[in-house]
This record gives sequence, structure tokens and C-alpha cells, in this order.
Amino acid sequence: MADELIRLTDEEQKRRRRRSVALGLILAGLVLLFYLVTIIKLGPGVVDRPL
Amino acid sequence: MSLTEETFQTSRSDLVSNADVVDFWQLLKPRVMSLVVFTGLVGMVLAPGTLHPVLAAVALLCIAVGAGASGALNMWYDADIDAVMRRTARRPVPAGRVLPGEALAFGLSLSAFSVAILGIAVNWLAAGLLAFTIFFYVAVYTMWLKRWTAQNIVIGGAAGALPPVIGWASVTGGVSLEPLVLFMIIFLWTPPHFWALALFRREDYARAGVPMMPNIAGDASTRNQIVLYAIAIAPVAIAPWFFGFAGPVYGIVSALLSLEFIRRAVKLRSLGDADNYRAAKSLFGFSILYLFLLFAVLLVEALAVRIVGA
Repeated sequence: MADELIRLTDEEQKRRRRRSVALGLILAGLVLLFYLVTIIKLGPGVVDRPL
Repeated sequence: MSLTEETFQTSRSDLVSNADVVDFWQLLKPRVMSLVVFTGLVGMVLAPGTLHPVLAAVALLCIAVGAGASGALNMWYDADIDAVMRRTARRPVPAGRVLPGEALAFGLSLSAFSVAILGIAVNWLAAGLLAFTIFFYVAVYTMWLKRWTAQNIVIGGAAGALPPVIGWASVTGGVSLEPLVLFMIIFLWTPPHFWALALFRREDYARAGVPMMPNIAGDASTRNQIVLYAIAIAPVAIAPWFFGFAGPVYGIVSALLSLEFIRRAVKLRSLGDADNYRAAKSLFGFSILYLFLLFAVLLVEALAVRIVGA
């Protein structure tokens, strides 16, 4: 069974890592983007909401 | 034994991605994307009204990503054509660095994200236009027209002409005459630009079976049509000055550039088959400069007016 496992080569592992880092950075960028858009769209109203 | 090994090899290459980050970047067609961003920016700057700088940046980012998504979907669908053309054989999908499924998922995800974010952050007219642009480029141009008719890039050019309209709609929430004039400039510029390329990449397109104008109607007819389009674009290129949304500097520059465009097109035509390759390549290069300078002058003038008026 163990023979059926695919073992990544060093180069494949490096590429996967680079893809993961890029994806992480894009997700972090999206968090920042959504935060900024929310603040800009709502303006002062962001704290002025019914509780 | 060999069958087992082959099965294993096939399944492995299907399962393990060999793609690097730069391959996904190439899927976005960055050079095309830069022109799209530039013309979209001009549409935004020319538009009356204001948009928060961050929202303007988000709009530009969405236009860029939407254009990139179209490029990725185009490369996914056209991998068979790209593989046999010298100009495109080293693209990530035909070169085997990105799996077709990866390119498809990448393109669809970016399309959905760019349209949704533009709609939520800016407005839904701009988002709708971006969605239409992606649909038109991928479904109408790539999947249908490109392999079917020599008028492929004439009609398909509409997709590349829409970014200034999206930029304008991002700021104003509407569409009026001005962005439609910008649309027409790019729309009429596209055929002579791509036919000049097709003249010196004739064998490539023939090998791939793509019905470009030189392969269908012949070089002489293509050169004639390039002249006609170069003449047709001149009054449209000057129209922003005529309609009053560009100044005299643009009027003079656009007139001079258009005359030079016509002169080069006529020269290409008069050369006939002699030195066709070099003249076509030179016209192709000039066509890029032509569009860039038209939009650059529009941008600089509009910015100057804003700064002086502030």
C-alpha cells in the first residue's frame, strides 16, 4: 500500500510551498481589502448601528 | 509492466502539480493586462465625478484580475492551438507546467471574485460590464469566433475595447457618449493591429488552423483592409477633441498619429509581397505605440485639467 503513495520530489515540494505562500499572501490581501472597503463604504456609520 | 508504469506516470502527472507561482502569473497574460489597466484608468480619470482613491484602486484591480481571468480561460481552452504555434508553445498549459484543470479553476475563481468584489465595492453596472467582457472574450471570441471566421478579431475586439467603459461606469454609475468613443477607438484599432501580427505570423496561424484574415483572404486583401481600418480610425481618434472631452494637444497629437498610421498602412500595401515581413512587424509595433500615446495624452490632459482646476 505504501508504494501507492506519491512522494513529491524536492523541486515539487518547493513549488508547492511557493504556491502556498502566494495563496496565503493573496488571502491576507483580501482580508485587508474587505476591511478597507467596509470602513470606506460605511464611514462613521460603522460604529453607529443598532445593538 | 510497461502498461502499469504508464498508468502510474499518467495518474501521477494528473495528481501532482508542477506549477510555479510565475506560471499562474503568466496565465494572466500580464502584457495584455497592463494595456487593459491603462485604458481602464483613462476611462476613470476622464469620468466626471469622484471615487474614493481606495475604491478606485479596487476597481482597477478588479478590471486587471478580470482581464487576467479571461486570459487564463483563453489559455485553458486554446491549449491545443497554442501548442502548435511558435509564439505560444511555451505558455504554461501547452508546456505542461500547469494542468488544464488548474488553469480552468484559476480562471473561473478569478472571474467570480473580480466581478463580485467590483459589484460590492464599487457598483453593479461596472461589475456587469466586467462580467460581460469576460463572457464575450471567453465564450464568444475564444470558443466560437476564433476558430470559425476571419472576422474573429473584428467582433472579438469588443472585449478588449470595454475596459475604459468599465472604468467610466465605476466612477459615474452610468455609460455615456465619451466612454463609447473610447470603446470605438480600441474597437477599430484591434483589426489592423492583429492583422499586422497575422501577416508576419502567417505560418503559425495556418499550422494551428486559425482562420486569420491573411490565411483566408490572402495578404493583399489583408493589407487593403488594414488601410481601410487605419483611415476609419482617424476621425474616431480625433473625436474626443471634437466632442470637447479632450483638449487641443490631444487633437493635434491624435491627428498626427493617425496620419502616420495611415502612411505606414499605405506603405505596407504599396510594398506588396516585397519586404512584407518587416513592414508588417513595424506596423504592428507602431499600432501599440499609437494606442498607448492616444490614451497617454488623454490621461495627462485630464490630470492637468484636474490639477489646474483644483
